Amino acid sequence: MSLYRDACVVLRVQKLGEADRIITLLSQRHGKIRGVAKGVRRTSSRFGARLEPFGHVDVQLYTGRTLDVITQVDTLDAFGVGLVEDYPRYTAACAVLETADRLTAEEGEPVLRLYLLVVGALRALADRQRDASLVLDAFLLRAMGFAGWAPAVTECARCGEPGPHQSFSVQAGGSVCPRCRPAGCSSPSRETLVLLDALTHGDWAEVDRTQQASRREASGLVAALLQWHLERQLRSLPLVERRTSAGAVDRLAAQVREVLAERQS
Amino acid sequence: MYEGPVQDLIDELGRLPGVGPKSAQRIAFHLLAAEPADISRLQEVLQKVKEGVVFCQVCGNVSEEQTCRICRDARRDPTVVCVVEEPKDVVAVEKTREFKGRYHVLGGALDPLSGIGPDQLRIRELLGRIGSDDIKEIILATDPNTEGEATATYLVRMLRDFPGLTVTRLASGLPMGGDLEFADELTLGRALSGRRTV
Repeated sequence: MSLYRDACVVLRVQKLGEADRIITLLSQRHGKIRGVAKGVRRTSSRFGARLEPFGHVDVQLYTGRTLDVITQVDTLDAFGVGLVEDYPRYTAACAVLETADRLTAEEGEPVLRLYLLVVGALRALADRQRDASLVLDAFLLRAMGFAGWAPAVTECARCGEPGPHQSFSVQAGGSVCPRCRPAGCSSPSRETLVLLDALTHGDWAEVDRTQQASRREASGLVAALLQWHLERQLRSLPLVERRTSAGAVDRLAAQVREVLAERQS
Repeated sequence: MYEGPVQDLIDELGRLPGVGPKSAQRIAFHLLAAEPADISRLQEVLQKVKEGVVFCQVCGNVSEEQTCRICRDARRDPTVVCVVEEPKDVVAVEKTREFKGRYHVLGGALDPLSGIGPDQLRIRELLGRIGSDDIKEIILATDPNTEGEATATYLVRMLRDFPGLTVTRLASGLPMGGDLEFADELTLGRALSGRRTV
């Protein structure tokens, strides 16, 4: 039995047996870890709420045969507190966790850059200083860069000719020049490409100058790029509450509100 | 590997949640040694639960009839509705004998990581009840975990400016029988912010 300790982000939790959970962690030095937290679902558990998704924790584990066993947990940052109080930020943070989980196929392989990206994204979302949708897009762009799929925005994705270019091909991996342009390209606005570049490099002054239309277009391109590379859609991404119009449930709520207001008057 | 029906039974039992291969084997041999009358009773109950149990049309709780016992009970207060995630939460609240209102079972919690959004839960039905029944208070009794809290946040955002409707959340804090030093920061923080004058 060997004990080890690491700083981790809780990516997801799954129920196991009567009162246990399997906790998927993204650690600073050991990459992705799957550990068992025994008795964590009991209200009297010593782990309490520390092993909930979004938690940034200092964990001690001992090596098990198939899964490691979590013995001690200490909170470094309780990002979950701020995130669950704001539904759009919660959904964006879920997409961050799912992306990180999908990008780390191998357990035990160190992924320090991705770990730092996830912690940074969760901190930015919990701080509520920036728009949740923009933080998510910036994270997804940088996470794709970590995986080797960084989209070409300022040059042609195929021949490398300096841009900016008018056409954008998800399959080609970004902007394409008129000579390399394949069929079925989209033509995002110039501002959208500037926004994608600014989000990738963290130029928030430039990001803040962009219009809503460009932000919507950029979100669509980022989601399409990620889905293309992952070859499967993220389950959480369609549920992220963006700046777009209200959903069906919100519309129904507005109707009920009117009915109650009429009844009151 | 056992022969035919015994192995089939072990395989089927092994598919149940929380039952591993060893437990499945133990249960299978227990059933094999049981009296025929006991097995018949178990068979009947399994048949009944699959054919006779439906979800209440009003609250979504498990029921033998179109509407459940609680929704049919005229003594229960129809103006107060306790919103829970699962039917087993109804039983947990009922055991307290403190609550005299009615329930609404959402059928889960908002969990984007599992692809569960507002459209997958019985939120439309809740809005329908608020619109048609004379409901004065909604008690949010979702689980005190990340998904449950996010669901409560979503419902609060939706219901808070409904005229004539009070929305409350179950208090959260330290469990009885525990030590303060082992309380996590989140729980202790909630307990402090929700402290009351005694």
